[in-house]
Amino acid sequence: MSVREDLLYSKEHEWVRIEGTMAYMGITEYAARQLGDIVYVELPSKGMQLASGGRLGIIESVKAVADLHCPVSGQVVEINLDLEIEPQQINLDAHAAWIAVLEIAKAEELKGLLTYAEYQEFLRAIK
Amino acid sequence: MDGRKTPLYDAHIKGQGKMVNFNGWQLPLEFEGIIKEHQRVRTLAGLFDVSHMGEIMVVGIGAETFMQRLVTADCAKMSDRQVTYSFLCHEQGGVIDDLLVYKFSSQRFLLVVNAVNIEKDLAWVKAKAPSDVAVWDASEGYAQLALQGPRSQEILAPLCTADLNALRPFWFVDQTMVAGRTALLSRTGYTGEDGFELYLAAIDALPVWEALLGQGGQHIAPIGLGARDTLRFEARLPLYGQELSESINPLEAGLGAFVKFNKGDFVGREALWRQKKAGLRRKLVELEMVGRGIARAHYEVYKEGRHIGFITTGSFAPTLQKNVALALVEVEHSSAGGMVEVSIRNSMVQARINEDIFYESVYRRKGKKGE
Repeated sequence: MSVREDLLYSKEHEWVRIEGTMAYMGITEYAARQLGDIVYVELPSKGMQLASGGRLGIIESVKAVADLHCPVSGQVVEINLDLEIEPQQINLDAHAAWIAVLEIAKAEELKGLLTYAEYQEFLRAIK
Repeated sequence: MDGRKTPLYDAHIKGQGKMVNFNGWQLPLEFEGIIKEHQRVRTLAGLFDVSHMGEIMVVGIGAETFMQRLVTADCAKMSDRQVTYSFLCHEQGGVIDDLLVYKFSSQRFLLVVNAVNIEKDLAWVKAKAPSDVAVWDASEGYAQLALQGPRSQEILAPLCTADLNALRPFWFVDQTMVAGRTALLSRTGYTGEDGFELYLAAIDALPVWEALLGQGGQHIAPIGLGARDTLRFEARLPLYGQELSESINPLEAGLGAFVKFNKGDFVGREALWRQKKAGLRRKLVELEMVGRGIARAHYEVYKEGRHIGFITTGSFAPTLQKNVALALVEVEHSSAGGMVEVSIRNSMVQARINEDIFYESVYRRKGKKGE
């Protein structure tokens, strides 16, 4: 299991890892468990400009189709093509299976994301 | 969560089932994950709680004559203790429900129907029943378990007084003992694998559930509704509301073999016969996705931009390791090898019409080998 304390989280159950001006993002273990066995990932295109909250892609499990939201505004600079072939990597280790890398356009948006402790509290509240 | 509880509700919670409301019942969607559960049933054995299914009794001097009019099966040709898959059709040939018919004798039948349709079916059957036939809903009294998978017989045999070697597919024994409890036991199921369905008094469900899990050890586990759906779909078994409905008749769904035109009149016969003679307008076809994406129920299907039908069920098929679907399309565009497009979230994804790409059920495999 990867370390989770160094990540930021959205209320839509995405995690964000900041590296300089780049934001790696994926979905949380909680989201992966809720979805069940993931069998299909539709990735964004490189170069796409997305606003925070916009639709970044689609994740499908055997039983469910879920939108993947963009946790911070920015341009998609990298996508994890491995997930097209092995989408189950998200179930195996959701916090290691990054989906896309965004070039952060509005650094101030990061303040709107949750810390690990805040996200844990959020999960307790919605359960 | 709202919804009725089956006698196994506490066992599902203890087993950490992810519970969902399914047609008014609280049932497990999955335990260890749909794909793992699916593979377990294909290779070993799985145990399903299907207590939500409806049971309707049809009893009386005129029961067989009535059943002949009510369903599409030839109930007179059935032997006592035989089970058959059949349909309740309305006058236009559409399907009110698909069901299993258990024949105890010419005066006593049990109809096993979909949970979602119990009230509708009961009203329909009661309204058609003559005065020498009694019809009642026995669903409250029954719990139902399904034991499915290649190891089913070896798990069940030590717990059961019936001779399972003598119990062939689509036959049943009444009043047998399983783990010391009285059960009706049939060699039937909804997975494409060998297996059994057990009808028990509600109070006996938990001890029999636990005995089967105990007997099977590492070879068996509880299975949720998620894998029940992928297993049935992958074996091309229809689901009411998707492949069949009041507006999709059995001939269109490719299930004409279960409509016995030669047995005499039955509800819907005239309309179905007319369609059969005139030629069907729609046909259920197998699709294999060529482009990336999963076609799901109700997605629209096109041929060179023209709308020709819709998906009835689509999914990743865990044993086939492919994204496949069933689609009801205009018959002139239903030939194998043809390419169609499925509308998935505003983009058109290519799919190929194929034949016999689905998982072949164990009964069909054995039938071909002449076993």
